[in-house]
Amino acid sequence: MAQTEISATTTVREPIRSQAGAPVPTIDWTKYESKTYDELLAAAGTPRAAATELVRHLAGLAPEEVEDLKTTAEVAIQVMGITFTVYSDAGMIDRAWPFDIIPRIIPADEWQRTEAGLAQRVRALNMFIDDLYHEQRIVRDGVFPVELLEESVNFRPQCVGISPPNAVWAHICGSDLVRDGDGTVYVLEDNLRIPSGVSYMLENRNVSKRVLPELFATGRILPVDDYPAQLYDMLASMSPRQDVEPSIVVMTPGVFNSAYFEHAFLAQQMGVELVEGSDLIVGTDDCVYMRTIEGLSRVDVIYRRVDDMFIDPEAFNPDSVLGVRGLLRAWRAGTVALCNAPGAGVADDKVVYAFVPKIIKYYLGEDALIPNVPSYLCMNPKERDYVLANLDKLVVKPANESGGYGMLVGPHASAQKRAEFAELIKANPRNYMAQPTLSLSTTPTLCNGGVEPRHVDLRPFILSSGQDVYVTTGGLTRVALVKGSLVVNSSQGGGSKDTWIISSEDA
Amino acid sequence: MLSRVAENLYWMARYIERAEDTARLLRVTRHLMLDFPGTPSLGWSSLITITGAEDLFDEHYPRRDEASVVSFLCADRNHGGSILAALGAARENLRTTREVMPREIWEEINQLYLTVGNHLSGGIAQRRRDDFLRMVIRGCQTLVGLVEGSLSHGPARRFCEIGRLLERADMTTRILDVRSANLLPRNAEDLTPFENLQWMSVLKSLSAHQMYRQRTRNRVRGPDVVRFILQDANFPRSVYRCLDDLCRNFTALARHQDAVNAAAMSRDALLGASGDELARAPEQLHEFVDGVQIGFQRIDQTIRETWFAGLDAPAPVISG
Repeated sequence: MAQTEISATTTVREPIRSQAGAPVPTIDWTKYESKTYDELLAAAGTPRAAATELVRHLAGLAPEEVEDLKTTAEVAIQVMGITFTVYSDAGMIDRAWPFDIIPRIIPADEWQRTEAGLAQRVRALNMFIDDLYHEQRIVRDGVFPVELLEESVNFRPQCVGISPPNAVWAHICGSDLVRDGDGTVYVLEDNLRIPSGVSYMLENRNVSKRVLPELFATGRILPVDDYPAQLYDMLASMSPRQDVEPSIVVMTPGVFNSAYFEHAFLAQQMGVELVEGSDLIVGTDDCVYMRTIEGLSRVDVIYRRVDDMFIDPEAFNPDSVLGVRGLLRAWRAGTVALCNAPGAGVADDKVVYAFVPKIIKYYLGEDALIPNVPSYLCMNPKERDYVLANLDKLVVKPANESGGYGMLVGPHASAQKRAEFAELIKANPRNYMAQPTLSLSTTPTLCNGGVEPRHVDLRPFILSSGQDVYVTTGGLTRVALVKGSLVVNSSQGGGSKDTWIISSEDA
Repeated sequence: MLSRVAENLYWMARYIERAEDTARLLRVTRHLMLDFPGTPSLGWSSLITITGAEDLFDEHYPRRDEASVVSFLCADRNHGGSILAALGAARENLRTTREVMPREIWEEINQLYLTVGNHLSGGIAQRRRDDFLRMVIRGCQTLVGLVEGSLSHGPARRFCEIGRLLERADMTTRILDVRSANLLPRNAEDLTPFENLQWMSVLKSLSAHQMYRQRTRNRVRGPDVVRFILQDANFPRSVYRCLDDLCRNFTALARHQDAVNAAAMSRDALLGASGDELARAPEQLHEFVDGVQIGFQRIDQTIRETWFAGLDAPAPVISG
């Protein structure tokens, strides 16, 4: 998860393109049928209340007009330079961001409940992380198994005893939400290390304003563009020097990172410097400075998009050339804030995930407002036996992979693949967990000249300063463009959509 | 501003200017060839000499004919000064620093690069070449205009200007050097009408003909041309004007003393030159231009040492 890149490696499918010459029918909603819960239509021909105007608008378009809108979006994406980077045999390529023009819609009253649930979750997770690096009460009280902590690959002994401002470790969290066939929304995973995708959420909105301006005229689509300002305020509140205007930087691994577009985008939107490791230096006073045309300039807050292991060759991976020697020393001395804090990833693995409802109960005394997907931990013999006996019905995930890699989707996998996974699980049970295959909800998507249901998830972003929690208005909707596919990662044939939170008529 | 960012902007601006100058040169050469067929100093081969990429060219192309030269200067990715490579390098420099620039500038350069790539992938038909070159020039001018109209007067803008001015001055001296090489007469009074036209070609290569006429109100004469291109205080492509503007831009930056000194030294050296003498003696002009170019290198080096300094360079801690 953590580095759940919205972009990444290996196999890439081309984004869906219009097929020149093929006859395109007008969108006919009476023929639209989803086998599961659909986000926009309650039944064929019947839009949900919040989606009524959009559905009517699209049905009123001639085929050429639909094609026109698609082209408008493609041109906008190319001109705006919205890209994601993929690696392939041919080297690194910048690809145009695959985008579907039909937005996904969520009614505002439903969204408020989700927001409250996400805020609750992140508050509890931050208390959990802070506890693990201090007294470990949750372990002593027998709620969280000590073996899990001992085997966690994301626990950083270097961080023990450090107290970041306001006890916040995961300042920026990206949680993935899915909806099951019966309409229930679940949290699928929490990304607490360096979650990405928020820039695409913002850019999708800019594209969709160019494509469907008529619908924005109603004023009921809630805006999303205050995110950079919220991010800036949160980062500023972390500055160790509250008496001066803080110097904030975004730290990127560099232009070759798959999420570089986003790093640059956020720095630009916040009006702060985008730095690479080599731009920074830790002085003998344990303060962090950046090299500028005027000399060395003090840095107060680093929004770092470099993985823990690479941020400081002195404290972590000694071979890292992306990091800054002494950065952890400066952080420990309290002269600089690191967001997210190193070590925050300890609460971000798929096995810890299964404990989140208990974590919420333990720290907040509340029941989780958004349920977890039922999860079977292979470390528990009983659950492991169940998983091994039901591999054809389950999705098996390794604890620490991102981007949908190393996963087994049981119902779609060959017998041989399932046998391979059975061996992997037996060899290292701690590293695997399984969940039932949800009947992921769908939303109408332009395909093959018409409209077809495609599976979607949603990644909202949550900012925590210790005083406030801010949740994005909606989030990034990712869509599996391949028919029947459940994999929404852009690196594996996924696309994205704008997400509209629609206030009710009388609001 | 980060040193790395300043350096990227400097190079971005140099590459945009390089692409524009190359497009101008190609465009003018085509017209000159029609007026002066068979004049070597105006031929396609001279363009390779001007860009200083003779070795690279000869390594990859058997002959300096029109098709090869045009392809080399427009589309060859091996040649950093080709229009495509220069725009690609400008885009790459901006890509890594786009957070400091207004978004329209990124969109424009991105689109210009993609459009140029598309045009070139279909080959450059002679008939459409002029349209293509005009598009490149207009695209580069749009970028300069966007910087002028949308980028605040701060360090980012200074480094864009500095890169552009230094590249422009460099190109001006190269054109003067090569284009006048074979046409300097032993005796300036012996000018034939034909040579007159050739001096005019030097002006045209720099889009300087009209402004020269307005300035001198006289027929085109070698010494006047040399003076105009090297010493005119008002023509934006004259070497003097570029260096003078460089000084002004440097002054707006912190720690500028060394750079101002370097640019002022080169600028003042220009005033010591005699147009009459240089126009009369080709070797002298060539030598003089060499000296000016060494001055440019000194300026570039001072810029790098002062503002882009690498890891070990001492830099003072500033407050804030």
